[in-house]
Amino acid sequence: MSVILILLIASISVAGIFLFAFLWGTKTGQFEDDISPASRILFDDKPAQPKPNNK
Amino acid sequence: MPALQPVTDNKILCYHCGEPCPNEKINIEDKKFCCEGCKMVYSILNEHSLCDYYSLNENPGINQRITVRKDKFSFLDDEKIQAQLISFKDDTQIHITFYLPQMHCSSCLYLLENLHRVNPGVVSSKVNFARKEVDIVLLTKHTSLRKVAETLTSIGYEPYISLNDLKEKRPAIDKSMVYQLGVAGFCFGNVMLLSFPEYLGIDASEVGLRAIFRWLNLFLAIPVLLYSSMPFYESSWKSLKHKFLNIDAPIALAIIITFVRSAIEVISGTGGGYFDSMTGIVFFMLIGRIIQDKTYRQLSFERDYTSYFPIAISVLREGKEVPTTLPEIKTGDTLLIHNEELIPADGILTKGKAFIDYSFVTGESIPVLKEMGELVYAGGKQTEGNIEILVVKEVTQSYLTKLWNRDEFKEQGEKSVSFVHLLSRYFTYIVFTIAAITAVYWQINEPARLWPAITSIFIIACPCALLLSNTFTNGNILRILGKNRFYLRSAQTIEDIAKITHVVFDKTGTLTSASQQNINYEGEELTKQELNQVAALASHSSHPLSRALAKHFGYGKGEDVTQFQENTGRGVQGMSNDGNILKLGSAEFVTGQQFYAGGTNVYFSLNDKVKGRFIFSNQYRENVEPLLHSLKAHYKISVLSGDNDAERENLRKLVGDKSELLFNQKPEDKLQYIKDLQLRGETVMMIGDGLNDAGALKQSNVGVAISEQTNNFTPSSDAIIEAKQLPRLTRFIRLCIANRKIIIASFVLSIVYNIIGLYFAVQGTLSPVIAAILMPSSSLSILLLTFGSSSLLAKNMKM
Repeated sequence: MSVILILLIASISVAGIFLFAFLWGTKTGQFEDDISPASRILFDDKPAQPKPNNK
Repeated sequence: MPALQPVTDNKILCYHCGEPCPNEKINIEDKKFCCEGCKMVYSILNEHSLCDYYSLNENPGINQRITVRKDKFSFLDDEKIQAQLISFKDDTQIHITFYLPQMHCSSCLYLLENLHRVNPGVVSSKVNFARKEVDIVLLTKHTSLRKVAETLTSIGYEPYISLNDLKEKRPAIDKSMVYQLGVAGFCFGNVMLLSFPEYLGIDASEVGLRAIFRWLNLFLAIPVLLYSSMPFYESSWKSLKHKFLNIDAPIALAIIITFVRSAIEVISGTGGGYFDSMTGIVFFMLIGRIIQDKTYRQLSFERDYTSYFPIAISVLREGKEVPTTLPEIKTGDTLLIHNEELIPADGILTKGKAFIDYSFVTGESIPVLKEMGELVYAGGKQTEGNIEILVVKEVTQSYLTKLWNRDEFKEQGEKSVSFVHLLSRYFTYIVFTIAAITAVYWQINEPARLWPAITSIFIIACPCALLLSNTFTNGNILRILGKNRFYLRSAQTIEDIAKITHVVFDKTGTLTSASQQNINYEGEELTKQELNQVAALASHSSHPLSRALAKHFGYGKGEDVTQFQENTGRGVQGMSNDGNILKLGSAEFVTGQQFYAGGTNVYFSLNDKVKGRFIFSNQYRENVEPLLHSLKAHYKISVLSGDNDAERENLRKLVGDKSELLFNQKPEDKLQYIKDLQLRGETVMMIGDGLNDAGALKQSNVGVAISEQTNNFTPSSDAIIEAKQLPRLTRFIRLCIANRKIIIASFVLSIVYNIIGLYFAVQGTLSPVIAAILMPSSSLSILLLTFGSSSLLAKNMKM
């Protein structure tokens, strides 16, 4: 019986991680633009992103 | 990257934009350009070693023949205007989002994300390709908003800033339903898993485990009840407040009843409840909603004139140009309209020669000549040189904009109500009747079974299957139509299209093409060489008529002209390779006499001897005839035109004897005509393109805006169709009609499931197992039926 309880906790927390990942992805807009990331990765040198001096 | 320039027809294509070059004089090393603008962009990119731009795609640039004037963005120095555009500002940084309609390929993406190399004041620039926007962070110490806008313009991406941006910020896309779906999916999956032991039977020795599973189910169902089901509660509450029973009300009731009954079962230890059915149905219904409400982000159905108008314009005050926002323009101000700028308010031309392109307004792309003292209307675009106008009416009071400010549009008109709500209402009445009869029966015979029976009736007989079939069919049909470049504003538009009885067309720009003209020549016959010379001369000019001539005659293969002169609004002249003086232009310019021969003409003379004229006329779109023919069989057709009736005979042949043809229609006339039809009980579909159709589009039951390219601007409407797809309109309408049949068919199927469920429910013997089998199987078969039949139908119609 205790094994089942451990499995139960494990399965629900794994599902919870995925739920969290999904919500986070949606919130940060990762499903919004499905065109530019695909081309962006093909550019030879990634656009350098100099950090602002004082942030 | 080897700099191989494609050569077609012995003509060299511009290295930057891919358009044919009039000659080979504009070049840098071995790279040829069509104009100085393109060359300029190349040299800027070259200087900042961004020439990968050209290796990612062939000729990725946008033609730069029309140059943007230097101080166009001076209004961006104005703090007040700035504040309305930027999204964030502190002492060091500004965050702003620019809309760049020119964005079209991965080269654009590469260049725009490397903006910091061209303008070091830019900290970062991130492109959203789907929305054609770029988010820029800039350091105010090193650069300014205006300079960034100018940098963008200098590399060929002029930010589009319209009056619309002055209004409130666009609301962010509402993602709450996606979150609700995520939560519902999580809970549904786990509840289903935890319910299996219940159904499969659990050992008597493991009763404690069963209780744990049940309690876990109860906890997992709470977020679904309190969070994921919110859309259903909100919608039903809204409808009840309006004393209208929509489909969501019985669904919300069923969700709550199911939860309460299941919770009681779990707490009292009498059973496992129906949590899996409840969470599952919420999950599926949310998917349906999201599919149905999926919108086309790159399109806007809500555009009014403010999206077309610039944000600010130069007003002359004591001889100085002052950038002024449009709402601040007063009657009596003198406006300086630069070349290629839109006239924002009705006014009298006081200086310069106006050559106005009213294609935004009428769909007619050939510019109109206006002399000093004449009235010019808002919405036209000045095409050659600068003009000054004296404002006689403020922006909101102008002839064109007044159409939008009509009171009748301000209040939302009666929205048509989907038949699904009516259907669900009958359904609900029947369910209540069955519940009442069951209650009476058990009250008399066995009162203990009364509550289980009644609650199971509500659980099993909620109209969720109807909602599912509705949302999934609508969603699939929207998707199919969208794939065929016919974009609908919402699912309700499908039903509205199915109901139309009368189709009204605008002529110019809708039945005829705005981009293509028929060019006929009349006069002394020209040799092949002379025609090429005409084309070569015309290709030097950026005037729309010249461009059309140049294109029509293949840009003058092998010929070129020197001593090119352009007389704004009148014509062009030049000397050919063999020393002849060529002149192209208006009657006055070429022949020296002023006369009006009707229609649009370009005269041509060789060594001051008038040879003849090129006559421009509108060309009907391809396949307009079969379209009108097939529509005629089912609907009444009318054609409204803002032009004179020169085309009456041709049109009559196209639309047949019974249709009504009206010419010289002003925007109000079009609107009134639609109203009259509606008063006669017709349901009208209006198809138009220009701003002059906007009133009629809004008044009609279904307004369809036609667009040459999907990213073009279209007036507000219920649907947007790509011009090339217009001939298939009849098929699109037929698919919309079929939509209703599919929904009803799947509804009948769901009723069969309901009857099976009710058979158990009225007896009070609905076990969770039966519910758990019925729910997914009915949902799945409905999904298959709706998706399958609508897709199959579309395939049959070759869509």
